[in-house]
Amino acid sequence: MKETCFLGEYDVIVVGAGHAGCEAGLASARLGHSTLLLSINLEAVAMMACNPSIGGSGKSHLVREIDALGGEMGLNIDKTFIQSRMLNVAKGPAVHFLRAQADKEQYHKEMKKVLERQENLDLRQGEVAELIVEEDQVKGVILSSGAVFHAKAVILATGTFLRGRISIGVNSFPSGPNGLSPSISLADNLVELGLNMRCFKTGTPARALSTSLHYEKMQEQPGDPEIVPFSFMNDDLEREQLSCWLTYTNEETHRIIRENFLRSGTYSGVIEGVGPRYCPSIEVKIDRFPDRARHQLFVEPEGLDTDEMYIQGMSSSLPEDVQVAFYKTIPGLEDLRIVRPAYAIEYDCIDPLELQLNLEHKRIENLFCAGQFNGSSGYEEAAAQGLMAGINAVRKIEGKEPFILDRSEAYIGVLIDDLVTKGTEEPYRIMTSRAEYRLVLRQDNADLRLTEKGYELGLVSQERYERFCSDKAAMEKELERLNTVSPTAKETNAFLESLGEPPIQKRLTLAELLKRPEVTYENMKSLDPDRPALSGHVITKVEVQIKYAGYISKQQTQVERFRKLEDKKLSPDLPYGEIDGLRLEAQQKLAEFKPLSVGQASRISGVSPADINVLLIYLEKKRRQS
Amino acid sequence: MEDTIAAVATAYGEGGIGIIRLSGPDTLKIMSAIFKPARKESSFAAENRKLIYGTVEDPKNGKTIDEVLAVYMKAPYTYTREDVGEIHCHGSIISLRKTLELILCSGARLAEKGEFTKRAFLNGRLDLSQAEAVMDLIKADTDMGFDVALEQMEGSLSGKVRELRDSLVALLAHVAVNIDYPDEDIEEITYEDMIKSISVIGDEVDNMLAQAHTGRIVREGLRVTIAGKPNVGKSSLMNAMLREARAIVTDIPGTTRDTIEEGLSVRGIPLRLTDTAGIHFTEDQVEKLGIEKSKESFNKADLILLILDGSKEMEEEDLELMEKVAQKPVVVLVNKTDLALKLDLEEVKRKLPQAALIKTAVKEGKGLELLEDEIERMVFSGGARQKDSLLVTNVRHKNALEQTASALADAKEGCERREALDLVEIDLRRAWEFLGEITGETAAEDIIDQVFSRFCLGK
Repeated sequence: MKETCFLGEYDVIVVGAGHAGCEAGLASARLGHSTLLLSINLEAVAMMACNPSIGGSGKSHLVREIDALGGEMGLNIDKTFIQSRMLNVAKGPAVHFLRAQADKEQYHKEMKKVLERQENLDLRQGEVAELIVEEDQVKGVILSSGAVFHAKAVILATGTFLRGRISIGVNSFPSGPNGLSPSISLADNLVELGLNMRCFKTGTPARALSTSLHYEKMQEQPGDPEIVPFSFMNDDLEREQLSCWLTYTNEETHRIIRENFLRSGTYSGVIEGVGPRYCPSIEVKIDRFPDRARHQLFVEPEGLDTDEMYIQGMSSSLPEDVQVAFYKTIPGLEDLRIVRPAYAIEYDCIDPLELQLNLEHKRIENLFCAGQFNGSSGYEEAAAQGLMAGINAVRKIEGKEPFILDRSEAYIGVLIDDLVTKGTEEPYRIMTSRAEYRLVLRQDNADLRLTEKGYELGLVSQERYERFCSDKAAMEKELERLNTVSPTAKETNAFLESLGEPPIQKRLTLAELLKRPEVTYENMKSLDPDRPALSGHVITKVEVQIKYAGYISKQQTQVERFRKLEDKKLSPDLPYGEIDGLRLEAQQKLAEFKPLSVGQASRISGVSPADINVLLIYLEKKRRQS
Repeated sequence: MEDTIAAVATAYGEGGIGIIRLSGPDTLKIMSAIFKPARKESSFAAENRKLIYGTVEDPKNGKTIDEVLAVYMKAPYTYTREDVGEIHCHGSIISLRKTLELILCSGARLAEKGEFTKRAFLNGRLDLSQAEAVMDLIKADTDMGFDVALEQMEGSLSGKVRELRDSLVALLAHVAVNIDYPDEDIEEITYEDMIKSISVIGDEVDNMLAQAHTGRIVREGLRVTIAGKPNVGKSSLMNAMLREARAIVTDIPGTTRDTIEEGLSVRGIPLRLTDTAGIHFTEDQVEKLGIEKSKESFNKADLILLILDGSKEMEEEDLELMEKVAQKPVVVLVNKTDLALKLDLEEVKRKLPQAALIKTAVKEGKGLELLEDEIERMVFSGGARQKDSLLVTNVRHKNALEQTASALADAKEGCERREALDLVEIDLRRAWEFLGEITGETAAEDIIDQVFSRFCLGK
């Protein structure tokens, strides 16, 4: 029996200060609740253990949504990026996305500063060894030091620390990410508590010394000349940017890797965890796609004050001698000096089907879960869940309705609904193809979708809210102006001619003109010299809403249909076993899942449309009887 | 917001008129699109709850389908508390089905069993005791739907649909990869490639629609040929079936003098019944022509009813006939079972292992019920069909195919206008979802699985 000492009581304790933990802790504290944020090592606060970038397809949408709700990730990357790009611009506005290279060290430091200065929040180093659970209710935590903290709610955001195990070649050893200590006692404790735990795997490539690389043999990828910020709180950002570098593997690289397959953690059988298909190690790529003559890799800076470079596309569980050998076959990497080897890491996580939509455990009350612990992968996915777990832990304590975003409101809703309703068999990554209503879930309108809600929650600051309101008013005013102002046919035709476009017969409003594919808000300026000065965020919103009005309104009707079933709420203690007409399988699944709405029920595997009809009739019967 | 549903509200083949009912927000729009009032100044919007006389016309070609009475009833004082419409067709089953098809093409969805009642209940229109009845209807529908679905699954319809869905998934996966992984080393799909793939899939869907089984049955009737040696009971069977038929659908003109063809309806399924009787009783010089005709009749038939005399041993002529029809959907009627059985049934089963075997005594009217059961089963399971023809056995499937075709056309048009890839993807995905409604599979995971199995991605 460990000697323990009681050190205090909080409303909310967050276990882990990675991307999920930081958002969870900040949300809880900002909502006015005393919060303790624990990390095995404070150097791991907001640590980017893998790629040095934030954003990407779907992920960029998540960051904008976190920002719109009053979260921190967008602001923090805007402070610390060293390269920024908007990708997919040749496609529709719903799939444009931002990706920024971060200065990892700065990202960590800036986030840590925000945490340290946050009212109601205590950041503290310590390893949680046990949860205190009484009668299926979480009451606090015990640290490995023996310190005891009590709390009304606990949020688990353990990332890859939980029973972390690193493999390099056939050697494997207990370790958290980046050589930090793993969390073993807690992993054992969670199994004892009866949580359905499993093991996932991920990996990271080597870091090489910049001075050992030959950049002239690689293709330069500079940042965008004009920077679009992540946060709605920022307008024009200017920054000196660093480049990334593109190069390719070749047959020689593949030969070396192939000859050493059996020395890798993956193919020797040392690694048992399930890895993500979307982020395979280089040996898996070569095994699964033997016909590919080359694979691309990006060499990316890890920060301004370091010479470490991240070799994106080349994660591996091969032994270090093989790593050196195959990296050196790549143009530009011939003299490479590795400073940190690539490794694979296995970790414990929960089956998210055990969670409710508010991210609370179904059995253990007031235990909330977020991030990689829930089977997701990625900083952005983690942060989104952390924010929602933080908000919902507070709402639970306050006895308020949970705050849930549905699939038509946010990528956050898609992410969480996918995890807890469908489950996942591999580390889950968000993709735009997972969203049914992509056209309404754009990154440009994340604030229009969510900031009002964030304000009602109490998470959006007055400053942000006022800014939002003024942006929104400016947008509406500009939309109206564009829909009423119509230059003369003569002016318009001169403009169209300058674009090489055929002339018009009838006078058109600026909005009608803007609908044409060749016309942009930007190039229309010559025709519209008296336009008001507007921020980039507002201009994008206006342009997208006019140009894609047809498609957007079509999707809006689908959304309304979808909402009908989402709005039909289900009580978690509905006696499914007694509902006559439900098939046995549906009865069992529904009783086990306890869906919160008929819509969610319809997405549970094993529940048929006929079962949903039966459920609807049952609800109506109940309503009339009461 | 609900969609608009439609269905035939009266039992098939019974009564002089058939009523199609619609319910939902688009009722007025759909009815106005297909109905032409006899008096120009009439309009549903102005004449709420009044029966208007006019014609149903196909808006695509202006062709008149039927002369009808129609009424539009505005919400909320209606059965379902939604906008409701009724069209009273007073023609044949064919025009009833055609009118329904028009309505479905104009944006309504075929109602599920009990769906009108379900809506009425959910909108607060019926009392609690009636809720049970609605439940029963839904349950019955699942049971039956499940059986039919299972049979469809085995059939070539689902095979074909799966094939098309696979092609679409391959296309969708490529598009998804281009959208979600723009900076991976993966070729961007070109609009030309897309148009090509969409056209191939679209043509297949159009083909399926053109050949749609019930579609053709509705238009032309199921072609049923009665075969058998002289005096075995062919004419008696024909007469008995005509007597039994609740309604004679049409006189189909232009039939040859050598074979007798009659149109009738069995359980709502229109049949074109051909009796090869004429052939064998003609003079020697036309015998040859007759045999040709009979062969042709066999070839064209969707279903052959082969009559054997149960009271006699198997004869050479029986064996020849069995050989001729072996490749076709066949129902064997062992007739004259009121007499002692002398026919070797085992031999029949050996020669025609696929055929259903029914014992009849046609003159006594025995076994006809079983025959009707069998015809119905074969039509709705896709069993009765020509070798290469299709398979689309119910209006719901046909409807899904039509929506697929229209979504594909939208996608193709989008490509031609050079719309952004992710916008075109929306229509492609819709097409894929409509096809999924036929086979009951719509999991978006399929696309994501394809993305990762076909493309090499990741850090």
